[in-house]
Amino acid sequence: MRAYTGRIREAAKRLLAENRVDVVIGFRKGTIPLMNEPYLIKSVDQVNQLYWDSNCGINLANYLPKRPDRVGIVAKGCDSRNIVVHILENQIKREQLYIIGVPCKGMLDRRRIMAERNGREPLFAEELEHKVRTVRYELDLTRDRNYFLQDNCRICTHRNPVIYDELVGDLVEEQQVDRYTDVRKIEAMSAEERWEHFEKLIEPCLRCYACRNACPLCYCPTCFVDEARPQWVGKSLDKTDTRTFHFLRAFHVAGRCTDCGACERACPVGIQVRQFTKKMEKDIKELYGYEAGVIADERPPLDTYRPGDPEPFFK
Amino acid sequence: MSEMYIAKEKFPATVKQLMGRCRVYGPVFRGQYHEFAELKAAEDADMGYQNTRLSPKELFHPQSERMFTYSLDKSDSEAEILKEAPKDFSSRVILGIRPCDAKAFQLDDRNFDVDRFRDPWWVKRRESTTLVGLACNQPCASCFCTTVGTGPFDTGGLDVLLTDVGNGYVARSTSSKGDDLLQGMEGGEKVSSEAAQKVMDLKIKAEKQLGVQFDVSTLSEQQMLELFNASFWDDIQFSCINCGICTFLCPTCWCFDIQDEVHGNKGDRIRNWDSCMFPLFTLHGSGHNPRSQKLQRVRQRFMHKLKYYVDKYKDGVACVGCGRCVRFCPVNIDIRQVARLMSARCVCPA
Repeated sequence: MRAYTGRIREAAKRLLAENRVDVVIGFRKGTIPLMNEPYLIKSVDQVNQLYWDSNCGINLANYLPKRPDRVGIVAKGCDSRNIVVHILENQIKREQLYIIGVPCKGMLDRRRIMAERNGREPLFAEELEHKVRTVRYELDLTRDRNYFLQDNCRICTHRNPVIYDELVGDLVEEQQVDRYTDVRKIEAMSAEERWEHFEKLIEPCLRCYACRNACPLCYCPTCFVDEARPQWVGKSLDKTDTRTFHFLRAFHVAGRCTDCGACERACPVGIQVRQFTKKMEKDIKELYGYEAGVIADERPPLDTYRPGDPEPFFK
Repeated sequence: MSEMYIAKEKFPATVKQLMGRCRVYGPVFRGQYHEFAELKAAEDADMGYQNTRLSPKELFHPQSERMFTYSLDKSDSEAEILKEAPKDFSSRVILGIRPCDAKAFQLDDRNFDVDRFRDPWWVKRRESTTLVGLACNQPCASCFCTTVGTGPFDTGGLDVLLTDVGNGYVARSTSSKGDDLLQGMEGGEKVSSEAAQKVMDLKIKAEKQLGVQFDVSTLSEQQMLELFNASFWDDIQFSCINCGICTFLCPTCWCFDIQDEVHGNKGDRIRNWDSCMFPLFTLHGSGHNPRSQKLQRVRQRFMHKLKYYVDKYKDGVACVGCGRCVRFCPVNIDIRQVARLMSARCVCPA
């Protein structure tokens, strides 16, 4: 995917030179292996800082809400879907955006690579055609890149941007996969088992709220956990409060979540928070046949009423 | 100073001896990463680890600590009287802590243990703890301890330093607490001259690998307001998502918030870690927030560590270079880059 870098720079240069946009949001090369930094450029002389490889997992749509200017934005499939959600939710206007679409082959999971290396970060990493090589002291490891993909990328069915003004490469083939095997496993549990499962899942939570802050959907001016008057949620590590945060966050993104995986990517303690949001996603799909962030000119099912809406709770 | 060599096959027995004397905490692999936990069995300590995901500050400054309990029941004769919550201050050894993390406790002492303010729980925990460190033979790519005045073999914050020399550990005491600990140990051997040489070689190699990655010496010379108003903050803050990871993982971030939690007639006064990355951190009762903008919060964290602390204590920066914030920032904000910008002698036009 590094080959996209040149095309992204070309596009950014043209857009800024022709005054089509005020800024371009993309990534610049990170300071450590397997990491890049979201980056905003304002002038043509900065375009060579833009960079792309398989470590651009953070969702750039997170930087859009309420921006007043004209923005060029680099967007892979999931970012583009979150841009659609932002447009639907009036966080940004389509006319303000110039979307540089990136057909994506999945992003690398740095944690998985670290785990493979016994918790030790590599001193050096490089991306080969279908492989990833990492080196640290005596351990030189080359593995299939698919082996290190983020969980959400493995089951992604929208690798290509759903909305764009230009593409930096040929569209890639979409995967035909069952997205919900893990959700069904949890659904099959008894209520007690499920409770136990989720208790264990969120046990290491520090309440740093990185999952929320990495999420493009979490743009509330004041999150319910930050309300101080009244304070809805306690600040200690009381389990009820931690649960409340995770459950409410999941419900709040129901019908909006694109499974971009930014939450899991950000979590410092490796909680698979997508287990909550994916259940919501599956329900919305089953009830309304709806996928978030795919159609830009139709109201999402949870913010409108249609006579045909399923109402299984009316008995 | 006393020293001994402990062969690796005898190491579990040595740990067991310690466990017979006091509580022993060590690096334990749980789920996806290592953390310090009280050892139930000597073998649980994984001395081949890199470092713990979270800093060990939790051992002295718990993320959520019950300080006092009280009753609101009017019929209770002790209603509305704060009572100190029971805590365990019995002696303990923390085994395998990295030199940088141990050094961090000394920085934290400036907040919790000074003449004007003395946090009784921090102080008691520090007094009852012996720190047995593990030298860093193979530092991470994101570590920079040698740049900020500590090092992979720094004994400054430790009572004993262990160095893995292959088949065993060389243990050297670096304080009277450490002397006491080692003198009471059985099964240690004399340190051979080869082993002593190996320690020296490993130290030089690790220090050389880390190198000096930026210059902290110029920070004190910088004008505070010039740094405060520098244009680079706008660039640095862009990617920040204002999560609290950097502060929660940092061994020298000590800020906390105190809250009362009441359930029915019973209440607890609890001290929780807080983070300057959160808008609520500085929200005034009036509704005014002096750091309402992300830029202000990002700047605060770096200015505190690399300028305010430097000017106030005149003893270096409030960072030990453990690299956790570098490794786990989801958007790759790298304190080393920020430090380079802050310490640059002149700001060259871009």
